[in-house]
Amino acid sequence: MRMSWFNVTSLTFGFAFLYLPMVILVIYSFNESRLVTVWAGFSTKWYGELLQNQSFLDAAWVTVKVAVFSSTLATILGTMAAYVLVRGGRFMGRTLFSGMIYAPLVMPEVITGLSLLLLFIGIGLDRGVLTIVLAHTTFSMAFVSVVVSSRLVTFDKSLEEAALDLGASPWDAFRLVTLPIIAPAVISGWLLAFTLSLDDLVIASFTAGPASTTLPIRIFSAVRLGVSPEINALSTIMIAIVTIGVITASLISKQAMIRQKRDEQAAARAT
Amino acid sequence: MRRLVLILVPYLWLLALFLVPFAIVFKISLSDVALARPPYLPHFSWETGIWDFLSQLDFENFVFLTTDSLYWKAYLSSLQIAVTATFLTLLIGYPIAYGMARAPEHWRPTLMMLVILPFWTSFLIRVYSWMGILSQEGYLNQLLLWIGIIDTPLTILNTNTAVYIGIVYTYLPFMILPIYSALDRMDGSLIEAAEDLGCSRTQAFWLVTVPLSKNGIIAGCFLVFIPTLGEFVIPSLLGGSETLMIGKILWEEFFNNRDWPVASAVAVVLLLILVVPIVLFQRNQQKQAEAEK
Repeated sequence: MRMSWFNVTSLTFGFAFLYLPMVILVIYSFNESRLVTVWAGFSTKWYGELLQNQSFLDAAWVTVKVAVFSSTLATILGTMAAYVLVRGGRFMGRTLFSGMIYAPLVMPEVITGLSLLLLFIGIGLDRGVLTIVLAHTTFSMAFVSVVVSSRLVTFDKSLEEAALDLGASPWDAFRLVTLPIIAPAVISGWLLAFTLSLDDLVIASFTAGPASTTLPIRIFSAVRLGVSPEINALSTIMIAIVTIGVITASLISKQAMIRQKRDEQAAARAT
Repeated sequence: MRRLVLILVPYLWLLALFLVPFAIVFKISLSDVALARPPYLPHFSWETGIWDFLSQLDFENFVFLTTDSLYWKAYLSSLQIAVTATFLTLLIGYPIAYGMARAPEHWRPTLMMLVILPFWTSFLIRVYSWMGILSQEGYLNQLLLWIGIIDTPLTILNTNTAVYIGIVYTYLPFMILPIYSALDRMDGSLIEAAEDLGCSRTQAFWLVTVPLSKNGIIAGCFLVFIPTLGEFVIPSLLGGSETLMIGKILWEEFFNNRDWPVASAVAVVLLLILVVPIVLFQRNQQKQAEAEK
């Protein structure tokens, strides 16, 4: 099928719009001059300066710690919640439960942040890494349970029942049958929660203490004063990490899909 | 027993860290600001009892929100900015989604990944990238001056125009993906049938393609509109003094004025405004899910 000129133009302009700002950012991160908008020759000195800047390194470390803990917790809780919603049947307060799980998806971050901060102050919990982890877990478990439950809905329940009929305990059935099948969704849920946590400025600003500045908070306070070459360099590093991560993940999932197709074909032949 | 644990753990977590915090916000929105720690009154104490505590709560802050024009202007201008930005995103997103759905099949996964990739990149950085482009001596002004379209640099950064650009840019993937998935599922022979029956290309587009992608359009619009309404980062980095958005007002009320009761009241009202589009969005999603069955 040939594409019309209209479609080619809209795709070209669309993707140029999506990518040009980031490409410019990356190019100018190698600019010699401190005046960010004036090109003065190639240099990697801002990367060197960035690595010397202790406050950025500290913030990066806090961010990674928070992201690892909160995304892991969110994946466990979100998978449990998805399993309860899809397979749990009826129980008291089910409507409230599903409402509470999905509400953070549409909740403005300023409200989530404010309400959690008021809770932490109310119970006298000092703000720090722990409070950010609790906050991030709460809002990202919603995203995990959406991803996991969409996988749970589509997969054949009789596989689980077969395992139970053959004498597996419910836990074994989950561990040996359900979990391997939903594993790709659980992993992408974890990645999503991890990225959301790395990225979050607003909720972290409300729930962080003075000694637990995260990278977005640090970037935001620098960027408020205007464009700076160090931030350009930092942005370039972050863009590079994400690009490599997404491409690797998509290659892995593509291979998994090919393998699954092959297995299904083999199974179809066997019957 | 195991089932009970499975239900109770996430349930209790959400009760403690989602529902209880909202109850606290609501309670504080009924309190008065005070020079105390934490900076509001009354605090509950067992000695004076619950009735004394309740009798000190009132709707004063909500009355204040209606009398001070700053707040209702901020709500109105947030709504106006969110509606306009959603419409602009649709205008730009639809042709891209359409082009993707009409692209050769082996390109589509790559195009899809190219739309999703920016979504994984830091939101803050994507907003920041426009500061260098739109500023007085920024790349856009340099380009326009060099071509000779303008003689004096345009002021775009710190205006509402910059806010619109920022919103369209960051939320574009949310618009493209649902529309693309609706268009991708569409049966191409319907267009051929319409054209065989005498429709022009444009007529076929408006009479067949657009109605069939309606659910995608509705989903995309809500996915842009809902988060935009409470947006904070974009107005505070790209907007100027003229940009009134409620997310920013709430932030300033809390961090700069330290008026927690008013900040809480602002949050409660914002939530009430959001209930309508959220319920409509849920209905649309349910209808779509049922149609697919």
